[in-house]
Amino acid sequence: MRQELLLIIAAVVILIAEIATPDEKKGRIIPFSLGLFVLVTAIGFIPGQEGTLFGGAYQSTQLTMFMKNVLNLAVLIVFFQAESWLKKPQNLDKISEYFILTISTLIGMNFMVSAGDFLTFYLGLETATIPIAGLAAFDKYKSESAEAGIKLILSSALSSGILLFGLSMIYGATGSIYFADVATKITPTPIIALGFIFFVAGMGFKISLVPFHFWTADVYEGAPINVTSYLSVVSKGAAAFIFTIVLFTVFKSIVTLWQPLIYTIAVATMTLANLFALRQNNIKRFLAFSSIAQAGFILLGILGAGDLGMTAVVYFVLVYVFTNLGAFGVVSAIYDASGVETISGYNGLYKTNPNLSLVMTLSLFSLAGIPPVAGFFGKFFLFTSAAGAGYYILVLIAVLNATISLYYYLKVVKAMFIDPNDQPIPTFRSSMAMRIALVVCAAGVFFVGFASGIFEYIRSISQMFLN
Amino acid sequence: MNILTLLVVIPILTIISILFTKDLKGARVVSAVGMGIQLVVAAVLLFMYLGARQTGNMHEMLFTADYTWFKSLNIHYSIGVDGIAVAMICLTAIVTFAGIFASWEMAYLSREFFVLLILLATAVYGFFISLDLFTMFLFYELALIPMYPLIGIWGSGPKEKSAMKLTLMLMAGSALIMVGIFGLYYNSAPNGGPLTFNIIEISKIIIPEKTQMFFFPFAFVGFGILGALFPFHTWSPDGHASAPTAVSMLHAGVLMKLGGYGCFRVAMFLMPQAANSMAWIFIILTSISVVYGAFGAIWQKDLKFINAYSSVSHCGLVIFALLMMNQTAMDGAILQMISHGLMTALFFALIGMIYGRTHTRNVTEMGGLMKVIPFLAVVYMIAGFASLGLPGLSGFVAEMTVFVGAFQHQDMFHRVVTVIACSSIVITAVYILRVVGMMLLGPIKDPHHEHLEDAKWYEKLSTVTLLVSVAAVGIAPLWLSEVISGSLKPIVDKLAAVIPF
Repeated sequence: MRQELLLIIAAVVILIAEIATPDEKKGRIIPFSLGLFVLVTAIGFIPGQEGTLFGGAYQSTQLTMFMKNVLNLAVLIVFFQAESWLKKPQNLDKISEYFILTISTLIGMNFMVSAGDFLTFYLGLETATIPIAGLAAFDKYKSESAEAGIKLILSSALSSGILLFGLSMIYGATGSIYFADVATKITPTPIIALGFIFFVAGMGFKISLVPFHFWTADVYEGAPINVTSYLSVVSKGAAAFIFTIVLFTVFKSIVTLWQPLIYTIAVATMTLANLFALRQNNIKRFLAFSSIAQAGFILLGILGAGDLGMTAVVYFVLVYVFTNLGAFGVVSAIYDASGVETISGYNGLYKTNPNLSLVMTLSLFSLAGIPPVAGFFGKFFLFTSAAGAGYYILVLIAVLNATISLYYYLKVVKAMFIDPNDQPIPTFRSSMAMRIALVVCAAGVFFVGFASGIFEYIRSISQMFLN
Repeated sequence: MNILTLLVVIPILTIISILFTKDLKGARVVSAVGMGIQLVVAAVLLFMYLGARQTGNMHEMLFTADYTWFKSLNIHYSIGVDGIAVAMICLTAIVTFAGIFASWEMAYLSREFFVLLILLATAVYGFFISLDLFTMFLFYELALIPMYPLIGIWGSGPKEKSAMKLTLMLMAGSALIMVGIFGLYYNSAPNGGPLTFNIIEISKIIIPEKTQMFFFPFAFVGFGILGALFPFHTWSPDGHASAPTAVSMLHAGVLMKLGGYGCFRVAMFLMPQAANSMAWIFIILTSISVVYGAFGAIWQKDLKFINAYSSVSHCGLVIFALLMMNQTAMDGAILQMISHGLMTALFFALIGMIYGRTHTRNVTEMGGLMKVIPFLAVVYMIAGFASLGLPGLSGFVAEMTVFVGAFQHQDMFHRVVTVIACSSIVITAVYILRVVGMMLLGPIKDPHHEHLEDAKWYEKLSTVTLLVSVAAVGIAPLWLSEVISGSLKPIVDKLAAVIPF
């Protein structure tokens, strides 16, 4: 419970700070909030107690605490990357809104991850989703941004409805909403199967799995970059966490029922997202499709139901945090400095901004799963988990998809390093906060893979969680 | 520190030092020093290995070290070498050293170039010393990816396209390998106990034949793609033709050997029954590679394309010989890898140097070069003779051993394919002599070519290093054969146990 309480305190303190700060000094809220959140993240890493609250509606384990720490870390990086964007004059009057909205969604996600019954889960999900719509529409005078907000809220509402419909069937069949109860009472009957399919459809919207991904590209493109990166990393990561937890605990006994379904979705998600990503020129849309494809890879870990699968998913999300935020950080830095957000606009970037190009290359290679960076290890373990369950053909499809994805990642690398350009993006120096964030991401991408201790730790807490 | 770990650490330190240099001069000196030390270490390793064998150390792998990395998955950083790996490491050291000097005047983004080139070499060393499939695979993929920027940035012709084609085809190959590795891993403990990625451990157990039949094609074709196995060789001519000199050298000379090495170390060694049952398919494919590559070379006008197709042919012969699965032929396969690695690196170095002077690689536009650049022309000729199998040079030793080994099979099928593969010797002679005749002899065709400058000191150093090695293998093959054949024995024994031969 500590992490949720800390976040609530942080949100309230920022709100008070907003009231207490005179209008001309609003800019000071940024360093204040950053400092506060560094503190919140750091406290989160102090070992905490396991246990359940509210009659089992809330559960806290080492694994859920670790998941929350991963999410906190991701949000911290996003905040650092957002600093120079928030300082722009058009955002000065809504700095605290950005922080409060983001922290609110994070609180929702924390509750979702810690849920012990479907009610807490659903409440967490809604708390996590609604403020994001506000964030997506943050550039309120830009029509794309407003459109993104509307698209997000409508598709979220629809998916929540579908999800609830599915949950109601499961409740009807088992007579309980508690995870522990449902897990014992669940049987592979048609009504459960139908409920489960609705549940997967609802979650599919949140994680943006094919065929529930249509909102993703438009929202990612329309929303401000720092919100997009939040959506693609934190929001997706949290949804992947809870999806894995629910499948591995609640639906454990009908594993044979859901594996074919997840198998199909995984193949469709990886393949279609990759094929769409091939055609993009807007870097945000490109990363949107790339992140859909990454979600497809996560499903491989889920298919290897067991502690290795759980470990692989959590580890992959951790890697993904550094990797994707590294890529988004560079996109954001470039957009802040020059307003360019097309891949062809990046031509010749290495000549003028070598460091940014290198961070971007490192991140893209990590996304593609190229050794020795962390993405390779993340993908390898996901595939190990799927192969352990006997899905060799699926692993082959996935690795071939990773090869296709390499094609479009290399296209960006090609733009930065090879393609000539008469007017490349001029040399610039991004803000201190952005540079710190990028260095953290690059270091994470580089070292998380080699540090086998992290993987072993996640493995041990996953084993504890599942037993 | 273990001498094998040193082989990976030295290049990494070299890379770090290059990052601190300012310009081409600094970068190339640091690279040359680093790779020079590496060459010395490789030589020391060779003598240490021979010394250890002489004192009667008959372990399969020497200089082993083992550190646990991912404990719960039983992934280790496990290293060790046998004679074959030692030979490969020496080959890599020679070619890399020559490659640095062949790119002495790399003016454009020189630091980045040397960093990537040495990164490629690092990965190759890592691959050859690995005994753990995980690290082996890691180094394998790490060796492939620097090719993209190396060809894409510093290449010539349709470089982006070739670089992308090469990278994607080889990565698709590694996708297949990955499935093969998982298959081995999850079948590595048939009687319970921890699963393992360790090659030596897996070789001690017998994987069920049905499982082998499923996973063998993945592993074999995956590595075969890098070994230019027909019909997956198409990346090779494009890639080699577009790549800058040193990259062609390293890629054709060393990297393609990773394919052959993986084919027998991972696919055939660990899944012998499947290798035996499926050999005929791949023997047919490699026979096609051998002959098709040679014919392909005849029709090309671009020097690099000629050599690239010739590589397809020669590398096809490597896998062809491996699939014969007897001591002599496999011995020949390893010799052929080394011989081809040296020869082709020498060819690409020379082609780069000639191109740097004449600004064309088209054979029909050159003539009489012997008169203006005698040093390069003579070396080219000797390399050509080595390639067509002149006794006294490395090519003869390797091809002779391969064909003698292949002929030891008594049945019709093996006889026929061997005869077909043998015919490549004649075809090779055609394209080599054609190039020598057109380009080096006769009158000078282009008046601009009358005042070319002959090789500079660094070019001489680069080519002479390779030339001496080619001649050494040709003159004293038994010495090399001794290093190899002892280590081949456990592999051949394992194969022989399942083959009615």
